[in-house]
Amino acid sequence: MIPAAFAYHRPTSVSAAIALLADLGEDARPLAGGHSLIPMMKLRLAVPQALIDLAGIAELRGIRRDADAVVIGATTTMADLIASDELASIIPIIRETALVIADPQVRARGTIGGNVANGDPGNDMPALMQCLGASYLIAGSAGSREVAARAFYQGTYLTSLRPGEVVTGVRIPLPPAGHGWAYEKLKRKVGDYATAAAGVVMAMQNGRVAQIAIGLTNVGDTPLFAEAAGTILTGSSLDATTVDRAVAAAEAITAPASDGRGPAEYRTKMAGVMLRRALARAASPAAAR
Amino acid sequence: MAKTHVTMTVNGQSAEELVEPRTLLVHFLRETLGLTGTHIGCETSHCGACTVDFNGESVKSCTMFAVQAEGAQVLTIEGMANPDGTLHALQEGFREMHGLQCGFCTPGMIVRAYRLLQEIPNPTDDEIRMGISGNLCRCTGYQNIVAAIQFAAARLNTPAQQEQAA
Repeated sequence: MIPAAFAYHRPTSVSAAIALLADLGEDARPLAGGHSLIPMMKLRLAVPQALIDLAGIAELRGIRRDADAVVIGATTTMADLIASDELASIIPIIRETALVIADPQVRARGTIGGNVANGDPGNDMPALMQCLGASYLIAGSAGSREVAARAFYQGTYLTSLRPGEVVTGVRIPLPPAGHGWAYEKLKRKVGDYATAAAGVVMAMQNGRVAQIAIGLTNVGDTPLFAEAAGTILTGSSLDATTVDRAVAAAEAITAPASDGRGPAEYRTKMAGVMLRRALARAASPAAAR
Repeated sequence: MAKTHVTMTVNGQSAEELVEPRTLLVHFLRETLGLTGTHIGCETSHCGACTVDFNGESVKSCTMFAVQAEGAQVLTIEGMANPDGTLHALQEGFREMHGLQCGFCTPGMIVRAYRLLQEIPNPTDDEIRMGISGNLCRCTGYQNIVAAIQFAAARLNTPAQQEQAA
């Protein structure tokens, strides 16, 4: 399992990386943690002529708090996310989710930028970013832009990233104070992609759902933002009838593949089960922590 | 394809070589430097046999290029024994507690456990199991590996050993 030959570049600034991407064209790929790209290269399913390693760009790694958002640099690793007590106190669902991704060694290398930009529906961060209402910071030779996570994914490995562009970070608005959260992931073993997973971020007021967002992982060609399910739950007390309707609405937007993780019908139902568990945990007073 | 110059520190010794960019770190360690203690198992980032310590973190060296380790500090199983040649507490633990049968996963297990004990000096059994969840063993059923790591944790946490190590 030896990848095809390629040229290696290690720029030290975003502008230099963009210039390289523009010069080298579509045969060049940015390299972050490499834990999606390198396995593909070893199988020769990816044969880039050049890799532009982002690891030398110091400004791309780190977690920064703005007035109303947290900005996480693209090459910030899953281990970095888990290690940040500040991040865990502001948006605890990020640590919870990162901890169910892969294993310690992979989390030491895998980055949030790679996880969200890759377009693999098995990745967990995309649905979480949709759930949190995050947007992706994108740089290219034509300038910088910001794209909502909910509008970024078009199909398996297909995103709205244009040739020559690179994701430089994610911007996550601060969730409401006292919010509840849960990311429930069903997997066959540690390190596996989800059979189905659901993320919930919600705020309650006087026993009713004031605000809620739901994301689903690996039960479609893209991560899924379950908007209709959220609308059904808003204003409710999370009574059984309303939860049943919301779960049905969430299941209705899934279209999972039948594969080693189970037949499509099973995975759809498991998406519903994960959503039920996530709702219960996000809403419980104990989960308010 | 043109070769690239790479410099890193492996087990405290400087290594400077010309490598093809596509050379995986595990191949660099085994074939260029002759350090064959790091094993190649699945080659698909699952089994952890190729685990090395990289700038203070455990990584799977089959899923990194050697050029990505430019300037890095790398520790492999060959660097685990004490300078006087005696075994590291983890190596001792794996021997005493029967933490291996065929031994193929052992270098990766020990190097991973080394970092785990830096992060959590007094781990619970559950913390050990989660900590080594990226390392597969097909022989032992893990029970004795957990016991071996507990043996090492206890040994490393006794004051006498700390004095000796200092």
